[in-house]
Amino acid sequence: MVPLQWYLMLSAAVFTIGVFGFLTRRNIIIMFMSIELMLNAVNISLVSFSHYLQDLRGQILVFFIITVAAAEAAIGLAIIIALFRNKTTAHVDDMNEMKG
Amino acid sequence: MGVPMQFVMPDLRPLTPEILMTVLSLLVLLSDLVIKRKETIALLSILSVAAVAFTFRDSLGVTFNGMFISDGYSRFFGIIFVLNVILTVLISVKYIGIERVNFGEYYGLILFSTLGMMIMASAGDLIVLYLGLELMALSTYILAGFIRYDVKSNEAAMKYFLLGAFASAFLLYGTSMIYGLTGTTNIKAIAGYILLHGLMGNPALTLAMALFVVAFSFKIAAVPFHMWAPDAYEGAPTSITAFMSVGPKAAGFAVMGRVLLDGLYPIKPEWSAVLIPIAILTMGVGNIVALSQTNIKRMLAYSSIAHAGYALLGVIAGTADGLASVMNYMLIYAFMNIGAFAVIIMLRTEGFKGDNITDYEGLSKTHPLLASLMLVFMFSLTGIPPTAGFMGKFYLFMSAVNAGYTWVVIIAVIFSAISAYFYLRIVMYMYMKDPKQEVAISTSPSMSLALAITLFGVIAIGVLPASVVHLARIAFP
Repeated sequence: MVPLQWYLMLSAAVFTIGVFGFLTRRNIIIMFMSIELMLNAVNISLVSFSHYLQDLRGQILVFFIITVAAAEAAIGLAIIIALFRNKTTAHVDDMNEMKG
Repeated sequence: MGVPMQFVMPDLRPLTPEILMTVLSLLVLLSDLVIKRKETIALLSILSVAAVAFTFRDSLGVTFNGMFISDGYSRFFGIIFVLNVILTVLISVKYIGIERVNFGEYYGLILFSTLGMMIMASAGDLIVLYLGLELMALSTYILAGFIRYDVKSNEAAMKYFLLGAFASAFLLYGTSMIYGLTGTTNIKAIAGYILLHGLMGNPALTLAMALFVVAFSFKIAAVPFHMWAPDAYEGAPTSITAFMSVGPKAAGFAVMGRVLLDGLYPIKPEWSAVLIPIAILTMGVGNIVALSQTNIKRMLAYSSIAHAGYALLGVIAGTADGLASVMNYMLIYAFMNIGAFAVIIMLRTEGFKGDNITDYEGLSKTHPLLASLMLVFMFSLTGIPPTAGFMGKFYLFMSAVNAGYTWVVIIAVIFSAISAYFYLRIVMYMYMKDPKQEVAISTSPSMSLALAITLFGVIAIGVLPASVVHLARIAFP
């Protein structure tokens, strides 16, 4: 039986990788993948808490997160495509139409 | 033979406005298929929110085991959201035609976003809060990028989307920590568990609180989590900028009040120690960076950041009076900010952007009525009596002083004085300079109605604030 702490450490590690990926990478698709990583880190910790507490609420929230993440991916990719059509780049440093 | 499962239908009455809103939003979305005149869809969406507002009164109650709370607090915010929709739709009707994005789904998305805000304000559980927040945010991302052919609008949507999604991941991580600690996601039960087990000062709880504050600060655009706001506000269609600067901000404050003052009230010293520096930074950065702006939408974005800083004072006060003054301020802010954006939209005509501050030079000579309206809204945003902006700030600052945060209020008043420079600069441009170019304005009956409503709100609440404040005060138990 793997103790709860291990899952929490895994979750914290994945979440941190996601945060660093988001903050350091400059490609929109990779930044977007980093956000997905953060969401899945949350899912790991929710499921492990849910199992530990023998309470289903955590797993219900996980299902909602997965569904919302799917919707978010659809909208995010649509925005990226709209931007790509006008600008032909997926690099955030090239997005500098507005300054000040 | 097993016992048949018992299924008790939960009481749906507190949910009436939300159910009605869902049905009507879907109808408005579908009506686009049969109705060719987009003005009719605009009218339908206004009628829909008006119908929803009528169901607020009879909907009070708690249902789904405390997951959904319909009380005076959430319904007061509901009125702000409804008002936000009505004013936004009124100022959009002609404008989205000028921007060549006159599509029917525009109104449907506004209604879905508002439904998300209503769910957020009524959330009694962190799961419901998350779902409402995402419904609001996802619809608003699309609206921000609604001018598909415009790179600026795409960029606004992109930045808003990336940082919004980043912030909701923080919210979820905080939720999972709270869940692991207390074994529940119900906001009231969290407070009960913390008190019962003496979790005050528990490092994991403090971390969860910090994650919540980060996520909410993103939503209300508080410094240092405001980076998306200026770009998103400048690039988005102006009508949506008006919508975003009121609705999601008010919804952010609604959940902030619910989570911090209900769920995490036992650790108030800790969260107020985090919020005070955020509030001071927000007021400082917002007001000082606004001084150097040349684009009026961008200037109002920084002003909107600064106003979030003032409103945070009410949350920091942590009293019923403090929260009532936040609610009051959000209502006043809806009137004065959408009014200012309405004037900006009127300067937008075919082939003329009209969003530079220099475009306002000599406006009082070419369009005296419009200039005088802008004057009132700028005075109100500065906080000069007898406008509503003054009363809003007055109640906020009073509540913070009464709660013992006098030094924070002194800093707020200093920053508020600095803000007079950039608001009154517009007034100076309008009244003391000669027009350099002939500026045409786009008028329409709906725009006049929106300006009349906002002007009435700004003056009426400014002269007779007591009734609104009383309403907000009794709304929060």
